[in-house]
Amino acid sequence: MTRRFDVLVIGGGNAALCAAISARRAGASVLVLEGAPKFYRGGNTRHTRNMRCAHDAATEILTGPYTEEEFWKDLLLVTGGQTDEELARFMIRESKDILNWIVEQGVRWQPSLGGTLSLGRTNSFFLGGGRAMLNALYRTAEELGVDVLYDAEVIDLVIENGMFLSAQLKQPVGGRTEVRASTLVAAAGGFEANIEWLKQYWGEAADNFLIRGTPYNRGAILKMLLAKGVQEIGDPTQCHAVAIDARAPKFDGGIITRHDSVVFGIVVNKHAERFYDEGEDIWPKRYAIWGRLVAAQPDQIAYIIFDSTVVTSFMPTLFPPIAGATIAELAGKLELDAPALEKTITDFNAAVQPGTFDHTILDDCATQGITPAKTHWARKIETPPYLAYPVRPGITFTYLGTRVNKQSRMLMKDGKPSANMFAAGEIMAGNVLGKGYAAGIGMTIGSVFGRVAGREAAKNARN
Amino acid sequence: MHGTRILQEADRLMTVCNSCRYCEGLCAVFPAMEMRRAFSDGDLNYLANLCHACGACYTDCQFSPPHEFNVNVPKTLAVARAESYAAYAWPRAFAGAFARNGLVISLIAALSVAAFIFGFAAINDRGVLYGIHTGPGAFYKLMPHNAMALLFGAALLYAILALVMGVRAFWRAIGEPVGMKTDAKSLLQAVRDAGELRYLDGGGVGCFNEDDHPTDRRKLYHHFTFYGFVLCFAATCVGTLYHYLLAREAPYAWWDLPVVLGTLGGIGLVVGPIGLLSEKWKRDRVLVDEQQMGMDTAFILMLFLTSVTGLALLLWRESAAMGPLLALHLGVVFALFITMPYGKFVHGIYRFVALVRYARERQMMAE
Repeated sequence: MTRRFDVLVIGGGNAALCAAISARRAGASVLVLEGAPKFYRGGNTRHTRNMRCAHDAATEILTGPYTEEEFWKDLLLVTGGQTDEELARFMIRESKDILNWIVEQGVRWQPSLGGTLSLGRTNSFFLGGGRAMLNALYRTAEELGVDVLYDAEVIDLVIENGMFLSAQLKQPVGGRTEVRASTLVAAAGGFEANIEWLKQYWGEAADNFLIRGTPYNRGAILKMLLAKGVQEIGDPTQCHAVAIDARAPKFDGGIITRHDSVVFGIVVNKHAERFYDEGEDIWPKRYAIWGRLVAAQPDQIAYIIFDSTVVTSFMPTLFPPIAGATIAELAGKLELDAPALEKTITDFNAAVQPGTFDHTILDDCATQGITPAKTHWARKIETPPYLAYPVRPGITFTYLGTRVNKQSRMLMKDGKPSANMFAAGEIMAGNVLGKGYAAGIGMTIGSVFGRVAGREAAKNARN
Repeated sequence: MHGTRILQEADRLMTVCNSCRYCEGLCAVFPAMEMRRAFSDGDLNYLANLCHACGACYTDCQFSPPHEFNVNVPKTLAVARAESYAAYAWPRAFAGAFARNGLVISLIAALSVAAFIFGFAAINDRGVLYGIHTGPGAFYKLMPHNAMALLFGAALLYAILALVMGVRAFWRAIGEPVGMKTDAKSLLQAVRDAGELRYLDGGGVGCFNEDDHPTDRRKLYHHFTFYGFVLCFAATCVGTLYHYLLAREAPYAWWDLPVVLGTLGGIGLVVGPIGLLSEKWKRDRVLVDEQQMGMDTAFILMLFLTSVTGLALLLWRESAAMGPLLALHLGVVFALFITMPYGKFVHGIYRFVALVRYARERQMMAE
C-alpha cells in the first residue's frame, strides 16, 4: 500500500464505521481495516439490536423522555460506581445528538408495530437489527469514499513515544504490507474470543465459556497497544456475560441462544442444587447476572427447570426444552442425580408461599425456609411434563481496555495524551462501564466515541 | 413433521426467526410468524405466500449463509410458495403442470396460435385470411363475434373456476380467521397493500436484487406489469360492453376508450415484463429458486407476447397482416387464459389472499 491516509481505522463495527464516516465528513482520507471476511464484518455489532440514548421528549420511535440524569443514574446502578463520571456524563450528553446523527448516516429506526416487541422508552431499535444497521453504515462510508479492506489482519503497530507511525498488515491475498497514516483510530473490539487470554483470569473454566459474538474479537490490537505504552483501564475479569443455551455453537450464536425463563422456574447446578435467588430482580438485571453465576458453578453448567404451565410465558427458543414426564426422567436426560433433583424440587415446592403472580413487577410470590430463597415469582413446579434448558456462560464482551479522554484520545501510561491515537467502542468501553451492563449501552459507547474519535482524528491529521 | 422437505426447512427457519425477531419491522411475514409458536403446513404456506421476496431479511440476517444456522428465508419461502401452487391446484390432475411449467405453457401457447391460424384458414378461404379488412366488424370477417365471445368467455370462466377452487383449498388450509367473510376492512387493507406492493420495499429502502444495494426497480416494473394487465383487461371489458350495449363493433378508432386503455396497458405490459426479466437475470442466485425460473420466465413472456401482438395488431390492422396478427394475438391470449390457474399468475392471487388474512389477524389482535 503506497498511499498514505489521514486516518487509519482498525476494526469494522459500529464504532469503527462511525469514526470512519465522521472523519471522512470532516475531510480526511480514511482507510478501514476489517480483520474479518466481508460476511462477518462488524464484530459484535452484527448481533446487536438497539441503542440507549438520552432524549427529552417522546418521539415516533420512543415512548417517553429519558433524561440525561436518569441515564446517569441507570449507569451508576449497573456499574456500582465503577465508571469515569466525566466521560460517562459526556457520553450521555452526546447520545442525545447521536439519535439523529446515526439516522443521517442511513441507519433506520424501527417504527411502532404493536407486536411483541413493544417500543422502549430508553432504547431505540434498529430496523432489521444490527446487521441492517451495519450495512447502512458501510453503504454510507463507501459512498463517501472511505476505503475498506476485508480479511485485513493487523499484525504489528509501529508506535514511538505515544505516536502512531504505521501498521503491518497481513492479508490472505497480497501478503504483508505496511500502512502509513497520520492518525490511528483503534476500534477493534474486546478479547472475548481469545480463550487463552480469558484463561489468564478465569483459569480452566474459560474452556467452557461460549462466545456469543464474532470469533474475530481476539484482542490483538488491544494487546499491542497496552504493550506499547497505552494506559489500561478496567478489570480484566469483568465482562458482559449472560446464561445461554449450552447447545449453542462455540462462537457467534448471537441473540437466539439466550434464555429469559429463569424467573419462571429454578436453576440448579450439576449436583442438582439451587445456588442463587432466581427471583431477585427484574429485567434486565436478572438477565445480565446469570452468566457470571453459572461461570462460578462446577463445570460451568446449570439447568433452568420449569414445568409445562409456563412454556408460553417467555420468548420462543431456538433449542427446544428437554422434557420428562417425571422429575426422575428429566434428571436422567440431563444426566443429573434423580433423587437429588427430586429432593431439590420437593423442598422448593414445599417452601413456596401463596401469592399473586405477576412477572412484570416484583410480586409477592416467595419461598419461606429454604436457602437460597426465591424472593419473587416463586410457584410450584408440579405440572408435567417437566422441562429444562441447559445453560452455560455466554460471553458478549470484555471490559479491559485502553484509557481515553473526552476527545477519545488514548492516554499513555505516564498520563499524557497520545499524539495521534484514538480509541472507540468495546476497546475502550471499560472507561464508562467498569462492570455490569444495561441494554444498548455498548452501541451508545461505540457511536458516541466513534464519532468523536473520527472527528478528532481528522482534525489531528490536518494539523 | 411436515408434508415436504421444504416445509420442514421452513419450519426450522421460522423457529430460528421466532427466537430472534430482529426482522419484524421489515414486512408482514415476521409479525405473522410471531403470532404462532408452532407451524402447520397451512401456516407455512400462508407465510410463504405472504413473502414478497424483497430479500431484505437475507441481507440483514446475521445468521444467513455462510453462518452455520444457514438462514435463507427468501429462497426457502420461494420454493415453498412454488410447491404450494401445485398443492392447491384444481383439478388435482393438473397439479403437475407446475413442475415443468415453462415447457407446458410454451406448448399450449404454440398449439393455441396454430389452432387459430388453421381455424381461420379452415373457416374462411385464403383470401379472407390475407385480405385487407377495415371498418367496424373487420375482425369478425375472420371469426364471427359470437364464436369469439363464446370461446374466450368459456376459457376465462374456466380459469376463474379453477382459480377459485384453488384459492378455496388454500384459504381452508391456512385457517380462515373468525368473522373473515364479513370483514370489508381487512379486504380493503389488503387491496391497498397489494396495490402499492407495500412489502416489496425491504422495510423502506427498496428491494435487494443483485447485491446489498437496494433499489425500487423490481417494484416499478412490477407496477408496470400489473397495472398494464389491469388496463388491458379493462379494455376488453369496455369493448364487450360497447358491443352488446351500444352495438359498436371493433376495431375502434385509436382515440376510443378500449383502444386507449389497451394501448396504455400494452405499453405497461411491454416495459414491465422486460424490466422484470432483466432484474430476474441479474438477481443474486442465492435468493433464487432455480426450479421456478422456467415458470417465472414463461409467465413473463406470455404477458409480453400478449401486449406485443396486441400492439402489432393495432399498428397493422389495416394491412394484409391483420389476419395472421389477429390469429397470433388471439392464440396467445387464449393460451394465457387457460394456463392462468397453472402458472405464475396465481402468485398474485395467493399473495392477495395471504394479505387479506394478515390484515384480519392484525385487526383481531388490535381488537
